[in-house]
Amino acid sequence: MKRYASFWVGAVVVIALSWLMALSGMNEYFFFAGFVVLQFVILATAWNILGGYAGYVNFGTAAFVGVGAYTAVLLFKSVQAPLLLQLLAAAAVGGLLGLATGLLTLRLRGIFFAIATVAIIVIMETVIVNWRYVGGATGVQLMRPPVAEPFSTYTRMLFVLMTVLAVLAVSIARYVQVSWIGRGLRALRDSEEAAECCGVPTLKLKLLICTVSGALMGAAGAPLPMYLSFVEPASSFSLNYSVSALAMAMIGGTTHWIGPVIGALLLGSIQQAVTVTISSEINVLVVGVLLVLFVVAAPDGMIGLWRRFMGRR
Amino acid sequence: MTAPLLRLQGVSKHFGGFMALSDVHLDVTPGERLGLIGPNGSGKTTLMNCIAGSLRHDSGSIQFRDEEISALPAYQRTRRGIARSFQIPRPFASMSVLENLLVPLEYVGRGKAADAHDILREMGLAQKAATPSNQLSQVELRKLELARAMAAHPSLLISDEAMAGLSGSEVDEVLAILFRLNESGITVIMIEHILQAVMRFSQRVICLDAGKIICTGTPNQVVENPQVQKAYLGA
Repeated sequence: MKRYASFWVGAVVVIALSWLMALSGMNEYFFFAGFVVLQFVILATAWNILGGYAGYVNFGTAAFVGVGAYTAVLLFKSVQAPLLLQLLAAAAVGGLLGLATGLLTLRLRGIFFAIATVAIIVIMETVIVNWRYVGGATGVQLMRPPVAEPFSTYTRMLFVLMTVLAVLAVSIARYVQVSWIGRGLRALRDSEEAAECCGVPTLKLKLLICTVSGALMGAAGAPLPMYLSFVEPASSFSLNYSVSALAMAMIGGTTHWIGPVIGALLLGSIQQAVTVTISSEINVLVVGVLLVLFVVAAPDGMIGLWRRFMGRR
Repeated sequence: MTAPLLRLQGVSKHFGGFMALSDVHLDVTPGERLGLIGPNGSGKTTLMNCIAGSLRHDSGSIQFRDEEISALPAYQRTRRGIARSFQIPRPFASMSVLENLLVPLEYVGRGKAADAHDILREMGLAQKAATPSNQLSQVELRKLELARAMAAHPSLLISDEAMAGLSGSEVDEVLAILFRLNESGITVIMIEHILQAVMRFSQRVICLDAGKIICTGTPNQVVENPQVQKAYLGA
């Protein structure tokens, strides 16, 4: 009971802190960079629900981010929908895409499932590239609506919004982990046939978490058009999202909800620092090198390292 | 006459051009101890997979407690009372021994967490409750397979070569467990290559060869059958 309470107190403190920071006189770049880091917290957490808990490696994160972003564009362009509505619609579309992906691919396992998820990026990007209304291949410029009170800039408001979304994503991941769903997912990751013979409805569970994971990824992509005031297919469906979400979860550790959070905060912050101090191109190199290092030396991520350290003491 | 707990009628299964099961008819009565023998590749495990729902048969009918279960997925069959152990143990390696039992207890929903401790005690695994299941010995893994099946509170237990690779005393241990389970009212189908164990345990034995039942009878009748001797006993 105490553990549950401390989690929720922590969640409220995080949201309150981000609100206070957004109202303070801090440098605008902090919020600009913070948005990206928080977006990766959501993506890595959402990736881990399917890839970490169930062992289904999803390379299609970029497809869900892109679909979320373009759902927001479509709604804004057509009916000037407010941000919250864009977000909810993106989550719904992401969830539906996740469910469809699950229905089409979840009888596949291992590398075949991973390859199929890459194909979703290609399919969705091709659809958007050929859809003139949302800007086609060249993208679309958007005029931000006036910022809501009490925030002074749109980026600060988006920073708080992403904090709330990140807390929501982590809460869902935590619930999945500690509930009957999590135990079923661990069972099917260890042996799908044995899990099924223990009464675990493996296909239903996989469809459920594909939907949840897709909805969170879609929601993470929704604020992207307003964040940049511009959106185009190449960057919205960038494979960088897929690789980073996977790498952050792996580096943090996939067995616990805190793993992807640590991985995303660490790697995301390093990437932002490298972008400012060295080059934006080095980003991917940092992710790649760290991923290789962790896969070889610490396959259970930072969580695993911590447990080993505590075990020795 | 007692109604059968499990009834198979004309069950066939092929893999490409290979006929794994051909027109199998079988009735299993409640509380029975049934032994299933046959040479490697005769279709024993395929038959059990078809009953447990891990494989779908191509034709025929499988009824459990008078209900047609052919179209049901494996998890639904487990919830109706069919549990199995695997020939090659498949523990949930990331979980402790106790957690392995909590999966069927939670998902089948017929027991409480406290039942897991009772089952572990019954299986002689009480001391290993907190041990990661990937650190168990071969005999402990076999017991865990049976314990996990028991956590689903089955009325029919399929024991697939639960004694393979065990020493004489370990075979006795597992056999004693199976006897106890049967005495508690659970029907047991035992697939086994250790003929002495089959002879001791079974009330009735079935011999499969090339996907067909070639003999049914008491253990003595089956081992004395010329067809069985030719196909399985190397006579």
